[in-house]
Amino acid sequence: MLKQYETVFIATPVLSEAQMKEAVAKYTQLIKDNGGEIVYEEDWGLKQLAYPIQHKTSGFYYLIEFKSEPEFVATLETQYHRDERIIRFLTVALDKDAVAYAEHRREMRKAKASAPKAEPKAEVEAAPSNDEPVENKED
Amino acid sequence: MAQTSEQNGEIRYLNPPSVEVRKKKYCRFKKAGIKYVDYKDPEFLKKFLNEQGKILPRRITGTSLKFQRKVSQAVKRARSLALLPYVTDLLK
Repeated sequence: MLKQYETVFIATPVLSEAQMKEAVAKYTQLIKDNGGEIVYEEDWGLKQLAYPIQHKTSGFYYLIEFKSEPEFVATLETQYHRDERIIRFLTVALDKDAVAYAEHRREMRKAKASAPKAEPKAEVEAAPSNDEPVENKED
Repeated sequence: MAQTSEQNGEIRYLNPPSVEVRKKKYCRFKKAGIKYVDYKDPEFLKKFLNEQGKILPRRITGTSLKFQRKVSQAVKRARSLALLPYVTDLLK
């Protein structure tokens, strides 16, 4: 059964635009090749890190929401580990509240993008509660 | 003297007793109906941190136990993604 996940990775700031696109393409392709499907992608661009990682003070953030078999997460994370361009990553399983939140967030961002002076991002949810997301891994 | 004031029907204190009414603490998540605490929003999580970037206790924020656990999980995730610092001075 497919489960919904969300992964954020930070790539080194030395990458060019094209290299960054290539890295993103690699991981989206990897997800698709392993029977997963991409739900949503979001580019956060170059962001300042809160503390230096590998002597770097900034990095490209990229968020991918996807559905896949639970076994695939390990594959994805080994790929992250082997990739020198990736300096940090986090993969989290989404429970139903998280999925509802993610959908809401997407809509809010869409609304914001279409109408620039829309109301700021709120955090409201539906559906009864569940426990914590399970998968949580860092470099 | 004490006798006299008691006889008068009034008790005199050295310091007037504080009669401040404490506002009841409440869990903001329960009140606002929030079910999921997002680790991707560091500005929101900063409300639960002190100036050194430490997580504030429940007795100060009033968060319920259920959501305190979620907040702490979210803060830790945000830290690992360098969205929040592990240690700092003068956060905010």
